[in-house]
Amino acid sequence: MSRNSQTRNEIRLTVLLFASYAEAIGASSVGVTLADGATVNDLLAAVRQLAAGKALPPAAVAVNCEYATAQQLLKPGDEVAIIPPVAGG
Amino acid sequence: MTFVALGPAVIDPAALTASVQTAECGAVSLFIGVVRNRNGGRPVMGIEYTAYEAMALAQMRRIVSELENEVSGVRIAVQHRIGQLGIGEASVVIAAAHAHRAPAITAASRTIEELKRRVPVWKCEHYEDGTREWVHA
Repeated sequence: MSRNSQTRNEIRLTVLLFASYAEAIGASSVGVTLADGATVNDLLAAVRQLAAGKALPPAAVAVNCEYATAQQLLKPGDEVAIIPPVAGG
Repeated sequence: MTFVALGPAVIDPAALTASVQTAECGAVSLFIGVVRNRNGGRPVMGIEYTAYEAMALAQMRRIVSELENEVSGVRIAVQHRIGQLGIGEASVVIAAAHAHRAPAITAASRTIEELKRRVPVWKCEHYEDGTREWVHA
């Protein structure tokens, strides 16, 4: 890991994508760079931008395998995932 | 020892039953979710299930642990299948055992409701006309 790739005022995260989000963006994960102090909501907005206007359902976000709140702060090393409406069973 | 699993393997309801049943049990409630041939009037040929596996397992374990705390004496096992499933195949099996039938039935029912609400699994339906669609997602 390069120390130059992460400055003090930004957070780089790999976001896991599933179902409609993976299809719309064309990948099962994507890298995003957010400003330090970014929230779950900021992450969701950044990911939705990558879908380039394709219709997507509202999604939840998981941080380290737990459902996160919209205002939750993100930190480097978090395992983040976009969780579209689940349909198990 | 609670049994929680997720993967492409065909689910064996008898194995789940055996994993929860003890000599003290008077009831085992078994729920089997299966792939149906229609949804909203559209003929369905099969369903492809995908999951965020690490989180799905964590959430399933938590649901079981919450219900085992809430319903005293109940033992619950859950297995969810992922991959391409045909009509009639089991996508999820839940076994809940208890000394008495009411808590066993309640626990099995609550487990599937919580699973459908919280566990990150998605299904993509494949239709007769060759199209496919993510359900809800």
